Amino acid sequence: MTGLLAHDALMVSLVLVLVGAIMGTLGIRGRRADWVQIAFGTVYGNFVLVTVATLAMIYALVTHDFSISYVAQVGSRETPLFYTVISLWGALEGSILFWAWVLGAYSTAVVFINRKRAGNLVPWASVTLLVVALFFAILLVGPANPFHAVFPVPGDGPGPNPLLQNHILMAVHPPLLYLGYVGMAVPFAFAMGAMLSGEVVSDDWIKITRPYLLVSWGFLSAAIIAGMWWSYEVLGWGGYWAWDPVENASFMPWLVATAFLHSAMVQERRGMLRLWNLNLMVGTFVLTILGTFLTRSGILSSVHSFTQGPIGYYFLVFIAVVLVVTLVMVAGNSDRLRSTGHLESAASRETVFLLNNLFLTAFMFTVLIGTLFPLVAEALRGLKVTVGEPFFNKMTLPLIVSLIFLMGVGPALPWGAASKADMKAKLLPPFAGAVVMAVIALVTGARNPYAVLTFAFVGYAAFANFREYWIGMSARHAAHDEGWATALVRLVQGNRRRYGGYVAHIGILFVALGIAASQSFRTEREATLKPGESLTVAGHTARLKEVWGRQEPQRAVIGATMEVVENGKVVATADPRMNFYPTQSTPVPTPQVISSIGGDLYFNLMAFDQNGAHATVKLIVQPLVPWIWFGGGIVVLGAIIGVFPKRRRRTAPAAVRVPVPAVVLPIPREGEA
Amino acid sequence: MNWKRAAIASLAAVPVIALFAWGFTKDPNNIPSPLPGRMAPDFSLAVFAPGQPPMALPVGDTVHLAKLRGEVVVLNFWASWCLSCRDEHRTLSAFAKRYADRPVHFLGVLYNDRPAPAISWIDEMGGQEYPSVNDVDAHTAIDYGLYGVPETYFIDGNGRVAFKQTGPVTDAILTHEVDSLIAALPAGTRPGGSADTAAPTLAPAKTKGTP
Amino acid sequence: MTRFRAIIMAAALALGAAYPLRLVAQQSPAASATSQAPAPTMADSVLDARTAAVAEQLRCPVCQGESIQDSPSELAQQMRDLVREQLKAGKTPNEVRAYFVSKYGEWILLDPRPHGFNLVLYAAPYLLLLAGLGVIVVAVRRWTGGAQTKSAGP
Repeated sequence: MTGLLAHDALMVSLVLVLVGAIMGTLGIRGRRADWVQIAFGTVYGNFVLVTVATLAMIYALVTHDFSISYVAQVGSRETPLFYTVISLWGALEGSILFWAWVLGAYSTAVVFINRKRAGNLVPWASVTLLVVALFFAILLVGPANPFHAVFPVPGDGPGPNPLLQNHILMAVHPPLLYLGYVGMAVPFAFAMGAMLSGEVVSDDWIKITRPYLLVSWGFLSAAIIAGMWWSYEVLGWGGYWAWDPVENASFMPWLVATAFLHSAMVQERRGMLRLWNLNLMVGTFVLTILGTFLTRSGILSSVHSFTQGPIGYYFLVFIAVVLVVTLVMVAGNSDRLRSTGHLESAASRETVFLLNNLFLTAFMFTVLIGTLFPLVAEALRGLKVTVGEPFFNKMTLPLIVSLIFLMGVGPALPWGAASKADMKAKLLPPFAGAVVMAVIALVTGARNPYAVLTFAFVGYAAFANFREYWIGMSARHAAHDEGWATALVRLVQGNRRRYGGYVAHIGILFVALGIAASQSFRTEREATLKPGESLTVAGHTARLKEVWGRQEPQRAVIGATMEVVENGKVVATADPRMNFYPTQSTPVPTPQVISSIGGDLYFNLMAFDQNGAHATVKLIVQPLVPWIWFGGGIVVLGAIIGVFPKRRRRTAPAAVRVPVPAVVLPIPREGEA
Repeated sequence: MNWKRAAIASLAAVPVIALFAWGFTKDPNNIPSPLPGRMAPDFSLAVFAPGQPPMALPVGDTVHLAKLRGEVVVLNFWASWCLSCRDEHRTLSAFAKRYADRPVHFLGVLYNDRPAPAISWIDEMGGQEYPSVNDVDAHTAIDYGLYGVPETYFIDGNGRVAFKQTGPVTDAILTHEVDSLIAALPAGTRPGGSADTAAPTLAPAKTKGTP
Repeated sequence: MTRFRAIIMAAALALGAAYPLRLVAQQSPAASATSQAPAPTMADSVLDARTAAVAEQLRCPVCQGESIQDSPSELAQQMRDLVREQLKAGKTPNEVRAYFVSKYGEWILLDPRPHGFNLVLYAAPYLLLLAGLGVIVVAVRRWTGGAQTKSAGP
């Protein structure tokens, strides 16, 4: 009954978006505003219908309605309620439904907020969004139908994949990812809209699109960090990034979107890089669809490979359409987008942004080439090769280090032209930070040149970014006699975009530092212990207290309680475990992490004796790992700060209340260099 | 709208889509083995499951692959925790029984498992016609480039690996491979001292040029 | 004034870094296993390091893109043991790698060998970077060359 209702809702939604796309197109071409309004209406209608279907699915999952195929696939009476609800996105069909829902939500927001805007930008953008929604509607009614009727109705189901039941971050990572990923459809739609309506020759459309891009970028950043954190805590090898195709699929759009966030500023100031920015904007979405295709089609082997099936072919058709349409539109419009600007000087922030774009784009291509090479090598030469971590780490490290350095140079250099004196004053002092960090790195034992360089450049960029805050705050403090806290708040409010950006930079630096330290200073040891025996790694001692077992409704759990001992006292305990699910032939390990500001003690249970007489435990000591997660939070904070619209430029409130004196003290200009 | 440029640009999509379409015809998880055509790596492993007469071997006896040269050898890697191994077990065992009097040896190799659960598994599955040896440290498995169970290797009379089957074997595969390898055996060759004491068998009628 | 500020910030940064250093600075060169097992010898640690160096380049056949050094799976551990045995017996890392390639094919190497077609993989990113750098240099020159210069923006 629920399944039938939901399936019907999805079928109606398919018809609705098709009608909407057609009527919207005809309405724009034929200048029928009422038809365009109908198209807008179908956006809302689609969202309502997909919401109904999604709620129906959640209801079916929670009530264990095994007559519905998706529930029969991932549901189980033994699974705790929390994991039952989040199994909505645990397997292919449910995740497609979720995709469609997020797309509907974004489309509704875009259309509703911009419904009164004159011109064809928004109508064309809506048509584009409807076409994308159409694709997903086809999937949901066809190969990815989660509401198939199952007969005879099973009494119970296998439950979600055990790896998806082990950790609370499973609730967080996929929604964040979809909010980020799917959100990239909005800038794409606006880009299409701009080209189709002719508005692409002006820059106004970028202003409208920017908040959506920034919101999606923020979600995507959070999603990537959450994904890293989740795999770190769940998978048991103590790492957080393996350059797996699915990780790369989420990372490549992020790189391109980051490039756009920077070069868009050059376009705003100089009217340049128009064609390039257009490419970046549509490129982000194309990479999103490419990523979805690669992970769902099964043509690359990946940790995340969902079941193969006909869905891959549908995605191939979709990506072909997206690719061709994008290439045609952008190439066709390239004439109109010639830049007429010029730069005052090569020593300027503009140049730094160009280099930033270069490195980010090169980074993206490196990841893309590495991800696709096994496929290419097999197709062209019949070779079966692996492109693994060593390649990606080796090739991207120089780019990463350069980007960190640029993060310090960009904020320091002014727009336009920097005189030699400017450059000296702005570019030299941060080297103090570089020296300090390099010394710290060397003193603590780092010998890898890249590690030391990374530390040094992190110091450089941190100094430069904090300094920008310092300069702004002390100027306000001096000019307006504001307290430091007020100065900070007002400074940020005066130019949210810039200072939010610096916050995001600082977040990235925390991430970089966490990664550099945990890679360089990681030590591990594995040992078979009897209760009472200890294992010491990098000065940390952990003692096995006991090996235990317990039965839970959905699995059997064996664990080893480890006590961390310092100066004879137990300061912490950890229970790494192995989970035995009836549907799996091998157990799923759950590592345990004891985190502190300084780093993590990572325990993994490798083997155990049946009688509890001994257990083999691996202890990995990784410094500064929590800084990665913390840094991710700071990046998101930066995005949040940046996404709110710039306050109208006006003088500080205090000056408004006081009559303007005849002689006005020089105040540093807000919101500008 | 520069249509000429647009048309040229759209061509860039062709190689990309072609690559992806081609990708569907391949399975990224199927790794071709370099072993076929090469000499089968030798091993000496101890029997832990004797099998049934006439193929039975005493538990604890060591099987040396080199000593089986001259006859066809079917090597099947399995484990009691392997779900797909169940699918092929009856097929393999029945086939082995049918070919008991032919110049072909069947040998099971236990991978990453312990004898006790393996023997219970054999009992549960209704017995195993041929003996199984225990690859204790998986060195033999690695020697054969094993990356999962079940895997079955067909070794010809000269000790070369003729074919590797990844995943469960079927009767059709067994018949095809074993028959063609037996047919290729040099006529009238006696097995060079195999571990079992079965009487020398006549080459089957299919062998070419029986003296 | 600026210099003084710079020093203050450097000191703050150093102090801020001092706390996490507590964890990092306590590294000991060799980790001991149990309170009763003998401490591993110097030769053991060297062999461990050599094993890890080779194991990091070999792919775990039953995992997704992990090296046998990282993977907790049984097969990976057994392969690691085999690597260790072979190194101990005097084989060079190249010979150990060649052994695994002869069993599993090129696929077992976590990175393709840089010869033949694989060079495309290693060269392409650099070529792209250089090309891009060239474009930027040309573009910036043109853009700073004169006002109102019509240029084909990248």
